[in-house]
Amino acid sequence: MAGADGDDSLYPIAVLIDELRNEDVQVPNVSGGGLPGYRSKRSCSSRETFRCLRLNSIKKLSTIALALGVERTRTELLPFLTDTIYDEDEVLLALAEQLGNFTMLVGGPEYVHCLLPPLESLATVEETVVRDKAVESLRKISQEHSPVDLEVHFEPLVKRLASGDWFTSRTSACGLFSVCYPRVSSTVKAEIRQHFRTLCSDDTPMVRRAAASKLGEFAKVLELDYVKSDIISLFTALASDEQDSVRLLAVEACVSIATLLPQEDLESLVMPTLRQAAEDKSWRVRYMVADKFSELQKAVGPEITKNDLVPAFQNLLKDCEAEVRAAAANKVKEFCENLPEENREQIIMTHILPCVKELVSDTNQHVKSALASVIMGLSTILGKDNTIEHLLPLFLAQLKDECPEVRLNIISNLDCVNEVIGIRQLSQSLLPAIVELAEDAKWRVRLAIIEYMPLLAGQLPLTKSLCRVVVYAIREAATCNLMKLVEKFGAEWAQNTIVPKVLGMANDPNYLHRMTTLFCINALSEACGQDITTKQMLPVVLKMSNDQVANVRFNVAKSLQKIGPVLDSNALQTEVKPVLEKLATDTDMDVKYFAQEAISGTRFTLASLHISTKSDLPF
Amino acid sequence: METTKLPPTSPSSPTTSFSVPSAEKVDGFPRRSMRRARQRRSHSSSQFRYQSSQVELTPLPLLKDAPVAELHDLFCKKLQQCCVLFDFLDCVADLKGKEIKRAALNELVESVATSRGVLIEPLYPEAIKMISVNIFRTLPPSENPEFDPEEDEPTLEASWPHLQLVYEFFLRFLESPDFQPSMAKRYVDQKFVLQLLELFDSEDPREREYLKTILHRVYGKLLGLRAYIRKQINNIFLRFIYETEHFNGVAELLEILGSIINGFALPLKAEHKQFLVRVLIPLHTAKSLSIFHAQLAYCVVQFMEKDATVTEYIIRGLLKYWPKTCTQKEVMFLGEIEEILDVIEPSQFIRVQEPLFKQIAACISSPHFQVAERALYFWNNEYILSLIEENCQVILPLVFATLYRVSKEHWNQTIVSLIYNVLKTFMEMNSKLFDDLTASYKVEKQKELKRDRERADLWRGLEEHQDRRMQMLTEAARNQRNLQERGERGDPPTPSSPQTSISDHNEPKPSGASSSSSGGGEGTT
Repeated sequence: MAGADGDDSLYPIAVLIDELRNEDVQVPNVSGGGLPGYRSKRSCSSRETFRCLRLNSIKKLSTIALALGVERTRTELLPFLTDTIYDEDEVLLALAEQLGNFTMLVGGPEYVHCLLPPLESLATVEETVVRDKAVESLRKISQEHSPVDLEVHFEPLVKRLASGDWFTSRTSACGLFSVCYPRVSSTVKAEIRQHFRTLCSDDTPMVRRAAASKLGEFAKVLELDYVKSDIISLFTALASDEQDSVRLLAVEACVSIATLLPQEDLESLVMPTLRQAAEDKSWRVRYMVADKFSELQKAVGPEITKNDLVPAFQNLLKDCEAEVRAAAANKVKEFCENLPEENREQIIMTHILPCVKELVSDTNQHVKSALASVIMGLSTILGKDNTIEHLLPLFLAQLKDECPEVRLNIISNLDCVNEVIGIRQLSQSLLPAIVELAEDAKWRVRLAIIEYMPLLAGQLPLTKSLCRVVVYAIREAATCNLMKLVEKFGAEWAQNTIVPKVLGMANDPNYLHRMTTLFCINALSEACGQDITTKQMLPVVLKMSNDQVANVRFNVAKSLQKIGPVLDSNALQTEVKPVLEKLATDTDMDVKYFAQEAISGTRFTLASLHISTKSDLPF
Repeated sequence: METTKLPPTSPSSPTTSFSVPSAEKVDGFPRRSMRRARQRRSHSSSQFRYQSSQVELTPLPLLKDAPVAELHDLFCKKLQQCCVLFDFLDCVADLKGKEIKRAALNELVESVATSRGVLIEPLYPEAIKMISVNIFRTLPPSENPEFDPEEDEPTLEASWPHLQLVYEFFLRFLESPDFQPSMAKRYVDQKFVLQLLELFDSEDPREREYLKTILHRVYGKLLGLRAYIRKQINNIFLRFIYETEHFNGVAELLEILGSIINGFALPLKAEHKQFLVRVLIPLHTAKSLSIFHAQLAYCVVQFMEKDATVTEYIIRGLLKYWPKTCTQKEVMFLGEIEEILDVIEPSQFIRVQEPLFKQIAACISSPHFQVAERALYFWNNEYILSLIEENCQVILPLVFATLYRVSKEHWNQTIVSLIYNVLKTFMEMNSKLFDDLTASYKVEKQKELKRDRERADLWRGLEEHQDRRMQMLTEAARNQRNLQERGERGDPPTPSSPQTSISDHNEPKPSGASSSSSGGGEGTT
């Protein structure tokens, strides 16, 4: 590499290292790139300052390395970093991250092992985030090692970490086995397996937890025979650890291990442990089983699912802890979906549905709410008849639940039921309950209802009464839906039913309702077309420009800009322009601002209207 | 360590009742909505699950009426009777059975506490079994996932009416003059202790209070378990610090440790020093420090009083973990530093004074007046003042610039007047040094500015250098690519492709802009 050695005279290593070590300097002027005025305030505490200063220096480590060149980075900078590892955790974190991207700066893959000593020290510090980052960087640079370097430099490091005296280094080692295992010779592989075994039975629960959490990942890189001989025994041991925090991690590993093994071995090697985990005395472990249920189901295949997982799932749905029930309830749909096709319906009807029925009236609202978010999905699986007979009563019960979150979750999933039983059936059976909910005390429930309005479009009185609801969010959603409805039913219908209602609100004593008129007009004008807009809506808007509430007036300006493109140029010039000009001299500065915006905006749209008139006018 | 008072987080004051914030009343979707419904009950228990079949209890004759020959047999039967568990979440279920068990437990407690000669060897396994069956259970999930011990009401254990008596029995059993550690150690083993320690996570402060006293007795009487208990407490703390940040019984465990540390033999073993440096000091980083800070500071000071040579580790450790954003914690740290300085040996003080007073100076210049005030209060402490006076030559230059500047700048008058007092004290201590520093203050400031400029120049140079290098590298790469492409396709050299593609993207924009401007012209005419 040409010019790889930096300019020695300019940047002697001592100066740069001094920068990294400096504790006396008080002003961080690094990130500002020397811009005047960026200087942080003098009053900030000096220690705070040099802390962030040093942090910045570390973050610019690559700049320093680049200035030094690869040779001196290797021989001077890295040894310095390795020696001065005791520091603030933030600085160490930044260092650990930087070193992961240093390969080019030390001269490419053939020198990448130079980065190992500082990362090794970082992988032994107490602070978890620093350690994790160091491990991440080590995993990254492990890929850049040649197979020989991996055995000569990397693997010994893993071994040193794995046999460190303090738990931190052993914890870090757990994350490194899987990256070097596939690329080393078989003797070294045997050593690695031995080290992993040792760590799985470590004295410290922290290390066992780290090993358990990496068990699945490690299993994936092992040869199948070793998975059967080594991993299974480790898995069984970890899954019956004295600490539930270790046992629950084994459940996660169970998914990967089960995926690796041939079907015929699953029953003898994995299932006893999994059964035991599903009945563990600690709710945390059972929760984990429930949480990973879909993955487990896929990993063990249809036969075992039918014989073992169905009863296990039933138990989890009936668990004594609400946490576990909620986690299981969340999986109901996925579990049913993945059941083997041929007897899916029968299993659901005889085993799962009774539990689901009980959960609908669970004492814990979180459980009910979790169920409500997935229960509608069952209708697709069970088909029309079963849905009407068995599920609809449950939906109805949940629609009337005392907890708003449950009601909300049901309403938000109406569409999947619609697909199965059709809108007619849906509106007949659920509509009365939905109409009731339109008056719900919780605005989010009302909002959800409105969002599903176009789906239930026939029921208009509902929409209009809702349109008057004061809460802003509702108004937004309702006006949006008005547009969709008009698109569906056409302008004439709108003129007869909606427009009079909307315009009527312009005289409402509540200014929020008056603004609703404007919002509706914004939404409707395009769908209704030029004629209705100019003749019916525009006069109302123009009249409202005299409203005493400034919010209404500036919304008039906004509306005029919005409906401008729909109006003909004559109306624009003779009616809109004078009003906007008047508003532009309003006493309120917001009104003025929006009027001016509208004037400049309308001119432009006016012009474009002219252009489009020439080519093709839609009306 | 005979404290029986409840920790500061005692539930006795029902101040934080279930007031729902008004924002949540409006929209009905409280972030903790999941828990609200059950929170009112605020009781929980995981016990009932493991009761397979309910047995009908029949009252046994009273212990005090039993003839001596049958006493042990009856005692044993009562212990077995007390192994039956009841469902306390359903408060009306099996009231009769509950009453029988309660009475039996009461009798057992009284018998162990008052009469001699009851505890004979065959009773040990039965007693320990009864205790294990009742107290060992997986603690239920917290009712409130964001449980804040300072703000929220703890969830109380529903089965407390029985559980309390079981704990009471256990305690009396351990404290009985008849208690024989040599017999007990067969049953109170490592596994037992591990489960006992896990219970310290209970949210119920009454339970933790019992556990604390009980564990202390176990530690005192069963010598073989001591190292194991210490190791497991270590693990709990490390997990708390680095993994979960959640454990309800930290304060109680620290309280026990305070007295354990007190009993350490000298010189301190490496294991104990490691515990100080790698566990106790990092505990200061916990978010919930305020809950156990008093106990933690007590442990730290105990260490110092045992062996003054650990002082430097402690001070440097605290400085390393000094809170960066939380002023409330900063005040706690300053409080702990004062406790430490109160007992520090002058020879140790000299070793840490420099970094320590840099930090104190930083605290004095904190814009949060409570932090500044707490730091300035050090000068009201006679012993600390004498230490400062002895080392005035070192300390005054460290803090002078800060004091000088803050005295002119701080917004809070109390701080300003406190600083004047401190400056006055220094003036009286060493007026010559004080005058010198005042005189050189401006010069120092200038020097500092110059250093800053030099640093800025250095970094600017470095960055320019980096830019140049990057440019060179990309140019080299591009040339190489072009050469290759030309070699492969025989194309004439073209400008780098990314630039052309960018201008392609931009093309429609200028034309659109020009049409709009011309359109604007039309509109106005």
